[in-house]
Amino acid sequence: MTADSLLLVLVFFPLAGSLLALGAGYQPRLCRWVSLILSLMQMALISLLFFLDLQPHSGPTGTWLLAVDYPWLEGIGARFSLGLDGLSLLLLWLTAFLTVISVLISWTAINLKVGLFHFFLLFLEGCLMGLFMATDLLLFYLFWEIQLIPMFFLLGIWGHARRIYAAVKFVLFTFGGSLFMLIALLVLYVLHGHQTGEYTFSLYQLSQTPLSPTVEGWLYAAFLLAFAVKIPLVPLHTWLPDAHTEAPTAGSVDLAGLLLKTGFYAFFRFAFPLFPGAAQASIPLLLALGLVGMFYAAWIALAQTDIKRLVAYSSIGHMGLMVLALGIWNLMALSGSLLQLFNHGISTSALFVMVGMLDERLGSRNFQDMGGLWQQMPVFSAFFLFFALSSMGLPGLNNFVGEILILLGAFQIRPLIAVLAFVGVLLTVIYILRMVQDSLFGESRRVQPLRDVTPREVLILAVMALPVLYIGLHPGPVLRLFESSLQVMWGQFPMLARSLGG
Amino acid sequence: MMMDYVWLIPLFPFVGFLINGLLGKNLPKNVVGTIGSVAVGLSFLVTVCIFAQVLKLPPEARHVEKVVFTWIASGPLQVQAAFLIDPLSLIMLLIVSGVSTLIHIYSVSYMHDDDGFYRFFTYLNLFVAMMLILVSANNFLLMFVGWEGVGLCSYLLIGYYYEKQSASDAGKKAFVVNRIGDFGFLLGMFLIFWTFGSLNFKEVFALASKYPVGSGVITVITLFLFIGATGKSAQIPLYTWLPDAMEGPTPVSALIHAATMVTAGVYMVARCSALYSLAPISLTVVAIIGALTAIFAATIGMAQFDIKRVLAYSTVSQLGYMFLACGVGAYISGIFHLMTHAFFKALLFLGSGSVMHGLSGELDMRKMGGLKKEMPITYWTFLLATLAIAGIFPFAGFFSKDEILFHSLVDGKAIYWGIATAAAFITAFYMFRAVFMTFHGESRVDHHVAHHVHESPPLMTVPLMILAGLSVVGGFVGMPLIEGAHVFRNFLSPAITPVAHHAAAHPTAAFEIFMMVFSMAVAGLGIYTAYKMYILFPDLPTAICDKFRTIYDLVYHKYYVDEIYDTVVVEPIKEGSNILWNVVDAKGVDGVVNGSAGIIAYLSAHLRKLETGFVQNYAFAILLGVVVITGYLIGR
Repeated sequence: MTADSLLLVLVFFPLAGSLLALGAGYQPRLCRWVSLILSLMQMALISLLFFLDLQPHSGPTGTWLLAVDYPWLEGIGARFSLGLDGLSLLLLWLTAFLTVISVLISWTAINLKVGLFHFFLLFLEGCLMGLFMATDLLLFYLFWEIQLIPMFFLLGIWGHARRIYAAVKFVLFTFGGSLFMLIALLVLYVLHGHQTGEYTFSLYQLSQTPLSPTVEGWLYAAFLLAFAVKIPLVPLHTWLPDAHTEAPTAGSVDLAGLLLKTGFYAFFRFAFPLFPGAAQASIPLLLALGLVGMFYAAWIALAQTDIKRLVAYSSIGHMGLMVLALGIWNLMALSGSLLQLFNHGISTSALFVMVGMLDERLGSRNFQDMGGLWQQMPVFSAFFLFFALSSMGLPGLNNFVGEILILLGAFQIRPLIAVLAFVGVLLTVIYILRMVQDSLFGESRRVQPLRDVTPREVLILAVMALPVLYIGLHPGPVLRLFESSLQVMWGQFPMLARSLGG
Repeated sequence: MMMDYVWLIPLFPFVGFLINGLLGKNLPKNVVGTIGSVAVGLSFLVTVCIFAQVLKLPPEARHVEKVVFTWIASGPLQVQAAFLIDPLSLIMLLIVSGVSTLIHIYSVSYMHDDDGFYRFFTYLNLFVAMMLILVSANNFLLMFVGWEGVGLCSYLLIGYYYEKQSASDAGKKAFVVNRIGDFGFLLGMFLIFWTFGSLNFKEVFALASKYPVGSGVITVITLFLFIGATGKSAQIPLYTWLPDAMEGPTPVSALIHAATMVTAGVYMVARCSALYSLAPISLTVVAIIGALTAIFAATIGMAQFDIKRVLAYSTVSQLGYMFLACGVGAYISGIFHLMTHAFFKALLFLGSGSVMHGLSGELDMRKMGGLKKEMPITYWTFLLATLAIAGIFPFAGFFSKDEILFHSLVDGKAIYWGIATAAAFITAFYMFRAVFMTFHGESRVDHHVAHHVHESPPLMTVPLMILAGLSVVGGFVGMPLIEGAHVFRNFLSPAITPVAHHAAAHPTAAFEIFMMVFSMAVAGLGIYTAYKMYILFPDLPTAICDKFRTIYDLVYHKYYVDEIYDTVVVEPIKEGSNILWNVVDAKGVDGVVNGSAGIIAYLSAHLRKLETGFVQNYAFAILLGVVVITGYLIGR
């Protein structure tokens, strides 16, 4: 067994673990511990990969740090192939990390169908593991669609009052989008088969399919639609605030921290290499969508009265900046954008976690019921301020590094866009400050005292604060990881380096 | 070499921040205060040691960079966490750590009865750490870390009494206005990186020196950077946050909003003298904004009754002087005034704090008067500082302000000098108005408060006396007239790039002396006017106000600038946000979605028949479906 087969373990271990958690469900306490230990083991396993000193090497599925390639559906030429590069490694780690967090924050909040809940959490983890590594398009599509199932139920069973509406809206939007992707995928598959006689779903091989600009444009558009819903890009975003407000905290964490990432990841991993020409032509569109998203979300966030909705809109704004960086496509902007993918996963999830804690105590997420929290919950407030500052890009914390790289990179080739994006980043400050202001400061509007964070909650928050500080102060290793991934990608798909001016 | 340990300077306060922040809640107050003060004091000690070492170096070797680690590296962007030791950063480090130490000690006593004592010292230590990073960074990005960091601490400390709505609003205002300034700063930085491919001061300045005077890109860069300076250093048009910032505790006003943070803009312009000296247009802008702010804020200061607000407008005005100096190319005079101002303005604020302490928190000068007897130390130190700010020989402010007036005439234009001189008159007037209203005349103190008016304890008065000493003698490092006696200039000049066309006119000593006498006379006239109005004829001010009602109202209401900003900027943004959400998002985007949701509702009503109500069944149904499909595909 080589290190490569580790990738299989990464996918199947959580899937198997999910059944174990389901089995332990008759004993909630046992089930929680089982899930915690399993998710910690998974995280340890992934952390191990950082120390293996992996070097990119070429194989039949392209150049990866680690890769496996097994026959799967031989009849149609689909293979079970996974590949790991720096970007996926970091996203895997994020997935494992947030799964641990999700288990921990649900420790007391979830008391209904505990076994099933943890089953879905770990099942989702397994799907995402596969999704972030799949190098076969059908395999990718499989994971892409299956991950909807656990998310749908996490929303629909453990959500708040309007959970069914939100869950249906969520599935309808994403499923609708992905259908277009499936069609495009099949068209590509057939076209490639016709031309070469070899029917395959391999990303590496499909990317070499010669396509007429028109066909390429249509196929790209279908992918774009699927991913734009998931990211989400304005105006396809309205499912997200609803989904977040209705989701249980763990659901929001997975949604913001992981599911939104899949859209961006797929965009970067599949849409660009498969359709470099169309991607290049779409640059003005990407820039516009990114900018509109940033401004629109920031502005709307300002008017929110529900704190969770505000965080949800902030999420849309952050994703807008990342998409904008895709339209810039140089080393700095892309590194920054990939880093933001990770940063957003940590910071926004932390904010959702904290909003959840608040909700548990206040029974409300409305700003009218808050104010003056600092007096009663100083530790909570200090953490909340910390993550809010991280989210608004305070230098020395994680988001700043990513944002400054994107903005500097953008400024190198498109100064005007960079300036506009920068205004968008500034707007973040206004609504984040307002959020902090209306919740932590001012006069207290509560009569009964509120309990400050418990040791378990402090542990969660402290653990989440570590990556925020680490990336803020010493992003070097992570940036090197991205840089080598990007170099490999550009080596593999020269069109991307050439046509997009990387 | 002590210099290798330069990173200790910001580290000490940072450690203090961590200890107090994490454990402070459970520590006794005097331990928290001691940790905070000692941490900053140690920074001061290290700075002094390094300063002594640098003095031993020949002037041209006084530029040392110490790299701690590589911070951000991506493609062409290589930014290090590194410190720069040169005369300019050393002067700033000395001022910041020195004044901070005194103010920390003062605060131990001043804040003693406050519940949030540990929170106060936590923020204050963090502030000092950030400020020290700001002035010792060797590149723009690290400087920006400090720049934002001090902004954050300023925000937290202005809103320190967060349960007070006005305080927390003032904090927010400060943060947002500062961010607008930062917009300029960062754009300037982007342009620098775009032009020179580096953010390191030394590299950028070396590359810039190859550009011609008046180069377009450098002009734009310096103008953007200056926007940042107007935010941080409260200049027109972004000064409005500083007077509101007085909502914070008084030591904060002294430290952050008078002595250190607000001077960051001046420091930045002086640090970038190599760029500014190549951009005559930018220099003119700097000079004009500085001069206008100096007079504009001074006039507002005349009509305020809140003692801290008087001092706040005075700070805005004095910062204007510093920018005027930089604008005419006299960067060293600007930094010189920055230093003396740090001494006397910190002292004035701490003095006003001492008055508040004695009067149970009273700020309105109309409810003071005659405090000279009860609070002698506060009175005398306050008076010395007032003499210094008014520019009376031989107090510190005389030397620095006189230099600025001199340079604004010789290197600038007569109009700058005229404005600055008028502002000097007004400054002398309103500062003595404050002294007279607070300490002289009949007591107007509220009778509830009157019987326990008292002088402050030694922990507060000793820092006052030290600062008073500095306000008296601090100016002598910048002796005019005598060749080579201006040790401040001699020390600082290697770090400053002068404007090229200079050294044309060299006025005679007689002219210089005449200028000094003249500016003294102007200040004296201001003092006399205040004396006449507030001591000799106390009814005169009301009579004058009545006579010039409209003008007085305009000034009293601070020219309605806040109201204008509110109507023109703040309200439309809020309105727009509501419209966007309630109309566009809810009716537009969601309208379409709800349309589709209607269809879903219709469909689901029919699909309901398939619903069993057990979610597990769904899960397994879907899983089963997946398995069946996969199996079918494999087996095909």
